[in-house]
Amino acid sequence: MKAKIIITPKKAVLDPQGKTVQNALAHMGYTAVTGVHIGKYVEIDLAPGTDCAAAEAALSEAGRKFLSNPVIEDFKLELE
Amino acid sequence: MNFSVLQFPASNCDQDAVHAIRRLGHQARMVWHKDNLPPGTDAVIVPGGFSYGDYLRCGAIARFSPVMQSVRQFADKGGWVLGICNGFQVLTEAGLLPGALVRNRDLQFHCEQVHLKTAAADTPFTRRIPADRPLRIPIAHGEGCYYADEATLAELRANGQVLWQYCDSEGNVTDQANPNGALHNIAGICNKGRNVAGLMPHPERACEALLGSEDGKWIFESLFEAGRERPAAGTP
Amino acid sequence: MSMSMTEPAITPDLVAKHNLTPEEYQHAVQILGRNPTYTELGIFSVMWSEHCSYKNTRPLLKTFPTRSPRILVGAGEENAGIIDIGHGLAVAFKIESHNHPSAVEPFQGATTGVGGIIRDIFTMGARPVCAANSLRFGELSSAEVRRLFSGVVQGIAHYGNCFGIPTVAGEVYFDRSYEGNPLVNAFCLGVLRHEQITRGAARGVGNPVFYVGPATGRDGLAGAAFASQDLTEASAEQQRGAVQVGDPFMEKLVCEACLELLATGAVAGMQDMGAAGLTCSTCEMAARAGTGIEIELDKVPQRAPGMSSYEIMLSESQERMLVVVHKGREEEVKRIFEKWDLPWAEIGVITDTGHMVVRHGGRQVVNIPARKIADESPVYHREAVEPAYLQAVRAFRLDGVSDTVQPLEDLKRLLAWPSIASKNWVYRQYDHQVRAGTVVLPGSDAAVIRIKEDCLPVMSAELAARVESQTAPGQAFPEKYLALTVDCNGTYVYLDPYEGGKAAVTEACRNLACSGAIPLGATDNLNMANPHKPELFWQIRESVRGLADACRAFDAPVTGGNCSLYNQNPNGPIDPTPTVAVVGLIEKPEHITTQWFKDEGDTIILLGEAVDLGDPLLGLGGSAWLQVMHGLKTGAPPRCDLEAARTLHTTLVGLIQSGLIKSAHDCSEGGLAVTLAECAMSRMEARGTPRFMGATVDLSGWAETRSSALLFGETQSRVVATCAARDGSKVVERARLMGVPAQMIGKVGGKRLTLKTRGLEFSASVEELHHAWWNSLAKHMNQPGE
Repeated sequence: MKAKIIITPKKAVLDPQGKTVQNALAHMGYTAVTGVHIGKYVEIDLAPGTDCAAAEAALSEAGRKFLSNPVIEDFKLELE
Repeated sequence: MNFSVLQFPASNCDQDAVHAIRRLGHQARMVWHKDNLPPGTDAVIVPGGFSYGDYLRCGAIARFSPVMQSVRQFADKGGWVLGICNGFQVLTEAGLLPGALVRNRDLQFHCEQVHLKTAAADTPFTRRIPADRPLRIPIAHGEGCYYADEATLAELRANGQVLWQYCDSEGNVTDQANPNGALHNIAGICNKGRNVAGLMPHPERACEALLGSEDGKWIFESLFEAGRERPAAGTP
Repeated sequence: MSMSMTEPAITPDLVAKHNLTPEEYQHAVQILGRNPTYTELGIFSVMWSEHCSYKNTRPLLKTFPTRSPRILVGAGEENAGIIDIGHGLAVAFKIESHNHPSAVEPFQGATTGVGGIIRDIFTMGARPVCAANSLRFGELSSAEVRRLFSGVVQGIAHYGNCFGIPTVAGEVYFDRSYEGNPLVNAFCLGVLRHEQITRGAARGVGNPVFYVGPATGRDGLAGAAFASQDLTEASAEQQRGAVQVGDPFMEKLVCEACLELLATGAVAGMQDMGAAGLTCSTCEMAARAGTGIEIELDKVPQRAPGMSSYEIMLSESQERMLVVVHKGREEEVKRIFEKWDLPWAEIGVITDTGHMVVRHGGRQVVNIPARKIADESPVYHREAVEPAYLQAVRAFRLDGVSDTVQPLEDLKRLLAWPSIASKNWVYRQYDHQVRAGTVVLPGSDAAVIRIKEDCLPVMSAELAARVESQTAPGQAFPEKYLALTVDCNGTYVYLDPYEGGKAAVTEACRNLACSGAIPLGATDNLNMANPHKPELFWQIRESVRGLADACRAFDAPVTGGNCSLYNQNPNGPIDPTPTVAVVGLIEKPEHITTQWFKDEGDTIILLGEAVDLGDPLLGLGGSAWLQVMHGLKTGAPPRCDLEAARTLHTTLVGLIQSGLIKSAHDCSEGGLAVTLAECAMSRMEARGTPRFMGATVDLSGWAETRSSALLFGETQSRVVATCAARDGSKVVERARLMGVPAQMIGKVGGKRLTLKTRGLEFSASVEELHHAWWNSLAKHMNQPGE
């Protein structure tokens, strides 16, 4: 079983990296790009047979308390 | 000898390179990233700094700058190009040098003096470097850990493309002397044609006794000597 | 859409939430001649905050010495003071705190602190050439403290390294009083020619006002979020104030573009948007020039949709500048901003009304007399009462404190104590060499930088021609050597605010003297607790008195600084920490002196009294030894005799200038033993390559005192210096002639440090001492869990 966590900067928080990459894309001619947000992707392997609900709860907590910085980042958790 | 020092947005060692070259008695001028290399360029320095804030990946955005097209043509004609720190990262991103530079193994930025063993003396960047002792030159980077796959590393070794390795004060290449986890302690390499080189340490910060070391000047002196022997090859 | 629909009514509750007293609110109403709008209320709130108005501390700050023939721009006139360094060159420098933001988000709090102080410097027209900082944290045994410490250091590194400014000096102390309330004070120094001084004044009626830099978002509005009562759930996320994020890449572009722009001569005035962003910058610029300013918020670049005028005016988005341009020269401005790919907008105009007028959505939302709000801010003379704890501090005696029995163990523990241990774990993360000007790297008493031609901002054609006409052919640029240091022992200040304040400045000046420098000026950062509590205000008042007296004694006028109040954690207030940064000038490169021993056989000389016998605690009050070995943070700290200190400093610099001194190191925390160990082990040639130089020192001539006082006491105004053996008696005689006590105490040589007092003798390999001292912080930071 795998968990995938995607961490992105909060929409209200300035994302200098995203903004700079957006500008670079515009310079290269990708004019249709209206926004770029750069975050992190975390892939977590779970032992076979792990209880799905428990894993979700535990990883949500880990995502909030450790993997992301809730002051400036959002995260999304997917289990598969 | 005429040096062109590239200036990307947020290059920040551009002035230092110009300063070092001029102090050593040669000409240097800055070339804005939106321009082409000026005629009469004998060698190009891609300086250190944080081009485009190092956003996305170090050097990833700078390689698309207009000036880099002109540098590529210059290098293809055999022109001398030296990338320092961020400049090394730009050259690997641009494919002018093999491999990549990734985050230091302890995930921290390192600013400190290191010792360097010169592993190949037969290049325009190393020919004047004294063979009897390691160089003492500062590093200042967070992503200077040299990485390349096994095949590339084997090729680098076979062709003598590894120019500098981190070593201790006695010249021994040890793990303890490796500040960033670079494979084979690689601090700098050159291309197959031996006209494009890159290194993480900053020779331009070590060209004056006042700043604690003059060892960096041997890299520039090597280029000066090479320049005296042949006219510029790659001037557009 | 109509903004007024969502604006809350002004109630006493809302006024109180804006930290305005009923009296202050009445004063605002009187200035306006009517009730303020919601946006105006926000403006009064920030303009009359301590940060912008110094309302609680202004009467104290007036006591600082602020003049000298070298001062070109004095304290309080502009964003930073400016001092002449000769040959038409000048330096601008300042220190500023970012304590509270760093407690919330250490990485971003620190980055924006560094960014803010760099802007303060280039706003003056100077090129920023070096940075320094002063940090305080709780004890490293706490995982939360380690998180804050590591985040702050990484934030400073990220911003400074990317911007390309060397972070050359600093200090870090760890004490329980800072737990949960770290102190992050950032310092920046810039260089310019006298003619390049730029004013933050809105001069020239009819001149256009430009906004440069990234779009305005709801950054830093957390404190104001309360007011958004009638917001929908969906917009709450957008509306909530966001932590400011620093973008050093943007700052570098803004800095280069602004310096390039200044050289065109098209600029009439410039100011950065720091605290309270647009509000503070527009208001202060108009107030300084005695003009009015009118801006149109619809033209301000905005990052989020639907921002209210209140939010736009109070946003603290980073890296933004306000530039007043001479009418008719707008095209030059646009050309330069576009060269640097910078967002810009023409947002307003200078008027002759004296009013700051803001329009938004076709309506006038603000109309305030600019000079009145800036100049008529409230001033409070707070009540001061000596705190009761000082009784016990003063009564403390050494009677119950056993003398040292295992001095080597004591020394090793002191060397590994985080406040004394090597800070290489910190400064190795800062690029301290970029700009090829750092002559003395972090790790000696003071950093020394070389000012060369490329440290200056680009000159206008006219200025370049004038400089050239005044320069003889072939004449080299007059390079300058500056020393700088940041100091404050908060424990001393807690135990005796007046003496502690004096000691902070004195130590800084002593560090400069050890490097061969003469002070030019100082900048201070008062990190204090709640001024409404008379006991805590007393601490502020007394420490300011100490700083002021010492600055006067060393001819180091205060050129500006910052106050950060209300620093406390749930357990109580922080130790009062009036951090001081002092900048000095070294006349010639050959005078630059470092702290480490140089050659075998050199003579070691102690300048100053070994122990202050007039002090009942013999220099052990508030000492590191008492804290580490006995768990006692008490006792009156060592007395600081300003006259003796001044004599010591001028004598030492004189000896250095006559070429007699090979090394000089100031005695501070941990006393003589720690100082000698540092002289023996602190020279770092390269990674993994320290250079050790041992010594044999005999202190048995001081028979009448405790060994702990001699070895670890912190008696003030002492320096350990070395010279060639043949010069030993000459140095001693000259020092004594000047009235400075001086004794030869030993010889440099070998790889061991051997110390002897009347009752004790011990010896250690320098390598062993180095190991304890060099690796301590890394060891603390690598410990797992809680």
